[in-house]
Amino acid sequence: MQQRFVSIWFRYLKTDWFIRRKPALGAIPFVLSEPDHGRMVVSAVNQLALAQGIYIGMAVADARAIIPSLEVLDDVPGCNIKLLTGLAEWSIRYTPAVAIDPPGGLLLDVTGCAHLWGGEIDYLANINQRFNLFGYRIRTAMADTIGAAWAIARYGNEFAIAETGKQTDVLLSLPPAALRIEAATVDRLEKLGLRQISQFISIPRPSLRRRFGQDLLKRLDQAQGFEVEALEPVQPIEPYQQRLPCLDPIVTATGIEIALKRLLEGLCARLLHEQKGLRSALLKCYRVDGKIETIGIGTNRPTNNSTHIFKLFEFKLSGIEPALGIELFTLEAGKVEDASPVQEMLWKDKGGLDDTGLSELLDRIAGKIGPDQIHRYVPDEHYWPERSFKTAVTINEKTTTNWKADRQRPLQLLSKPAPIEVTAPIPDYPPMLFRYKGKLHKIIKADGPERIEQEWWLQEGLHRDYYSVEDEEGHRYWLFRSGHYDAGKSYQWFIHGFFA
Amino acid sequence: MNTSKATIIAQLQKEILPLQGYKSSFNHTGPDIGLGPIKYAFPNAEFPLAAVHEFIATMPEETAATGGFVAGVLAALMRKGGATIWLSANRTIFPPALVSFGIAPDKIIFVDLKKEKEILWAMEEALKCEGLAAVVGELPELSFMASRRLQLAVEKSRVTGFILRHNFRSLNTNACVTRWKITPLASQLADGMPGVGYPRWKVELLKVRNGKPGNWQVEWTSGKFRHLAALGLIIPEQHKKTG
Repeated sequence: MQQRFVSIWFRYLKTDWFIRRKPALGAIPFVLSEPDHGRMVVSAVNQLALAQGIYIGMAVADARAIIPSLEVLDDVPGCNIKLLTGLAEWSIRYTPAVAIDPPGGLLLDVTGCAHLWGGEIDYLANINQRFNLFGYRIRTAMADTIGAAWAIARYGNEFAIAETGKQTDVLLSLPPAALRIEAATVDRLEKLGLRQISQFISIPRPSLRRRFGQDLLKRLDQAQGFEVEALEPVQPIEPYQQRLPCLDPIVTATGIEIALKRLLEGLCARLLHEQKGLRSALLKCYRVDGKIETIGIGTNRPTNNSTHIFKLFEFKLSGIEPALGIELFTLEAGKVEDASPVQEMLWKDKGGLDDTGLSELLDRIAGKIGPDQIHRYVPDEHYWPERSFKTAVTINEKTTTNWKADRQRPLQLLSKPAPIEVTAPIPDYPPMLFRYKGKLHKIIKADGPERIEQEWWLQEGLHRDYYSVEDEEGHRYWLFRSGHYDAGKSYQWFIHGFFA
Repeated sequence: MNTSKATIIAQLQKEILPLQGYKSSFNHTGPDIGLGPIKYAFPNAEFPLAAVHEFIATMPEETAATGGFVAGVLAALMRKGGATIWLSANRTIFPPALVSFGIAPDKIIFVDLKKEKEILWAMEEALKCEGLAAVVGELPELSFMASRRLQLAVEKSRVTGFILRHNFRSLNTNACVTRWKITPLASQLADGMPGVGYPRWKVELLKVRNGKPGNWQVEWTSGKFRHLAALGLIIPEQHKKTG
């Protein structure tokens, strides 16, 4: 999947925070100041002050000269990191991977998240709206790379989304400062008249490296997606994984079992604590000779029952070849879902399909023989007998329609109707005699016909006229004639099932 | 003197029953299967629930009849909400037809296995699972040892097992509590109306441990077993024509 990133830039992070605490400050120009080499220097400016020409790094005395009524407040050193961390933690609602980007930004890895908000535009709009409600004025951008998102948020159009693969086109018109390079390099580029990325992006790389250093090339590559850049999330996403390094290589089956048990204990304890259960797990055994032996299991419903998971692995443990020995085991839960804690029951009642015993049994069968062999059927809205039911996808899928009970259906149905020879009076009477597998059946009683039409939108073919008949020995059959009776044409009779 | 001997014998017989696999259900009585007079064939006049029952059939018509009878019993067992596992090698049962026997087919989980060994393994595992109402296995052959294993599994879990044997090669001795044979009988509608009536079977209990084997004629009408004898409708045995 193509990675997508969002960069959020808080233009007035600190002053917005001050306004949030003292709304009266919103209407007047004010600055934050901190001491620097024995004098007070502006460290943050609000929008009104900025509009009048006060900038960060200016001496407070100079600023007072521009606006005599300027409100000067003491800055809280390091408050922006704290603020950003708090905002990043709040932003985990948008994606699990949020990183802070000092001095005034957040980076979000939103790969595969935007569709949950109804698309990228709505996603970004939601972020903007929520932060604006808090009183933070932000600029956001979304792109395939961290570099491009960062650049567009600060130097591109407001509220910009660079489509997948289009980040280079968007970058071309931006100034070099958008590349997150040192101020000195920006100055040197400026002096040479290179005011847009498009002006130097096609210069041969050795020349660029010689004049501006490796850093420029690295940033260019990162912005275009040629070089991977990693985020450092504020709350690291801890994978459901357990490791067990062994001092001595393990070669025996008992050793592997003990290792697996120990790994499962750790993993299940964590899952239980977080009220989660695993749906699939993978055991990797790293061998001394560098090969990796892997076995995996899957379950029908989330489980954190270590004995059950161990049983599932047990069938496959014999497939592990330790060779010279295994030095490291890792157990990873690939799919983890919420699991409701099991209620202890005083009276054990039969739980039907929700029974944990049943799902564990099916896991074992699926683990040993294969999941394709287990079927559960739910009714389907078709009269055609072969299509009147469909395979349920999950063990607790609800039926969407009722089972039809108005007509008798045979308990045994041939997978393919078998042709029979028939003596039948014309035209719509049930047969008098039929021969199936060499045996002649004389029909005493009959019901029918019940006509079942082909569903032409699914399959072309002749309709069927079904008769349920009983022969002289009391055996009951389900016969049908394929197509209309026509004196001039031959038509075929079939036996399709046996009634109880 | 005589009476004391009789009580001793009765006492001993009572002690033998659990050893033979009839664990009496202490306080929770099983659901009423609705088999009517058939239940008097079993010890304690109670359909053995924690047991494995064996059904034999030779023709597909008999297989269908057996399926019908088993489905009628299953419906009673599943009324409490339990699910059923149906194991088979080449399944021919038509799930929607189970509706007319009072079973929701979506409560049955069908497991299709290829080898007999796999079916036996799965059957034993399933019979150990207490949350199930019943387990049905279609198995042509059943050795004594395999049946013993199944019997030991059900004694612990109190799940009912049914083994449907079609196309068997030999009828060997095994540890199943009963052996049944169900054959279809000609149906009859009331007042001589034309058409095919409700399913009717001849139920033969060929073997039952500590009980009295017998045979009955039964009809499945509106979700219940009905004995033809009670209705005075016994059909005379048909004599097989020769030649």
